[in-house]
Amino acid sequence: MKKRLVLTFPVNHVDEPVTYRLIKDYDILVNILNADITPGREGKLLVEMKAPRENLDRAIDYIESINVHWSPVKKTILLNEKNCVHCGSCTAVCFADALTMDRESRELIFKPEKCIACELCITACPLQLFELDFS
Amino acid sequence: MSKNKTIEEINDKIARGEAVIITAEDASRMATEKSPSEIAKKVDVVTTATFGPMCSSGMFMNFGHSNPPIRMEKVTLNNVPVHSGVAAVDVYIGATEVSPFNDKYGGAHVIEDLITGKDVKLKASAKGTDCYPETEIETLINRDSVNEMFMFNPRNAYQNYPCAVNTSGKMIYTYMGSLLPNLGNANYSTSGELSPLLNDPDFRTIGIGTRIFFGGTQGFIAWNGTQFKTTGPRNDFGIPETNSATLAVVGDAKKMSAEFIKAAYFEKYGVSIFIGIGIPIPVIDEDMARAVSIRNSQIHTMVCDYSKPDHPAIAKVNYEELFSGKISLNGKNIRTASMSSLVKARTIANQLKEAIAKKEFYLTQPVEMFPRNTKLNSLERRLEK
Repeated sequence: MKKRLVLTFPVNHVDEPVTYRLIKDYDILVNILNADITPGREGKLLVEMKAPRENLDRAIDYIESINVHWSPVKKTILLNEKNCVHCGSCTAVCFADALTMDRESRELIFKPEKCIACELCITACPLQLFELDFS
Repeated sequence: MSKNKTIEEINDKIARGEAVIITAEDASRMATEKSPSEIAKKVDVVTTATFGPMCSSGMFMNFGHSNPPIRMEKVTLNNVPVHSGVAAVDVYIGATEVSPFNDKYGGAHVIEDLITGKDVKLKASAKGTDCYPETEIETLINRDSVNEMFMFNPRNAYQNYPCAVNTSGKMIYTYMGSLLPNLGNANYSTSGELSPLLNDPDFRTIGIGTRIFFGGTQGFIAWNGTQFKTTGPRNDFGIPETNSATLAVVGDAKKMSAEFIKAAYFEKYGVSIFIGIGIPIPVIDEDMARAVSIRNSQIHTMVCDYSKPDHPAIAKVNYEELFSGKISLNGKNIRTASMSSLVKARTIANQLKEAIAKKEFYLTQPVEMFPRNTKLNSLERRLEK
């Protein structure tokens, strides 16, 4: 199964090679989708983890044991579809394939369930029609 | 051989309600079954269109005189500086000019606000003269309060344009959108087989004075556009393989619609503007029928590396490949994305078709044809005269 998590590292958390452990000890396919880690500041890592459920459960126990906070991805991207001109600029940067163009109609198709909230579309849209939703 | 038609004869058919009008996409489909001769016989007008970001755009405007009058020197509209070096109360709003307070709001946004009828804050100052004593004015203006507002865009509707990629290791932000590192995407901007100047590649029917669909109303081609280039390489179908001809267009912005004129902001590049243009092409003979039959697979463009300062071409692709969603480059499949909207271009081509059918739009014989054998000069650095 696949899980998308936001891992929040405490300020002084630098010693533990978390990604290495997840891969090596729990045999998890880890895909880092976004990272914001600066020494001396709380860090955030957006990861997609793919493995059998049992491995994932054990990995989450491990994450908790080292005081790394985790939460399922709650961020979603909202699109103001009414004002979209269907230019396709956002599809250029959407690697999750949440934003694609219909081959025939050439209209933008947005599938929020595929979105990994990487936020690249927010800056790619020339009409600034995307926004982050934390609700 | 089908009989050649004049534009006058086609206009007579439009007036009688007998003209056969189709879009350039319909023409491309029709060409898979019919010969140019059959198409020339059957079809009178083919409508073409494009809707994409076109930086080289702007609007002239006359505010009317205040009492006491002012000969405006420094002028801003919603804090965006506008060019006021043209008489007392005339200005030119350049689409890409930005507000010093908000780099995502610029001339394009002022133009869109004015077109939609919104109030815009005008601030102007001057030294004051005997005939124009006022030195400062601050007021609100809008579409209905000003005398004239007409768009005059020096370079629109590029005949063809390169496809942009990035071979460097870091993301770059361009007027061709966000280019992901290591050939992560390939961005292009065209309506392909529907695009105006790709359907009349030798400008046999399009020229100075041609009536066009411009931003939701009727406008005109005023001149050949800036950077008008006719001497680049052409493919087997006579289509330029890279950036080539352009149009300078003029139209009454009071009658335009924000549906077809849209302000844009490209990250770390700046403000631009989406412009909607449609051009009807009279099918005067077999050669024009052949020209409007052009298909995406027969139109090529260069893939250029925007991570290098001179954007060198690294490959050649056709638009069928680009529209398919991916191209193959260096053995790698690369996702493609358009910067221009085919949905909007189709809307324009269909609206133009309907306007002609309803006898609201007649075709024009160009007053003057475009120049031939033009090439581009580059800007040399020299200090000695």
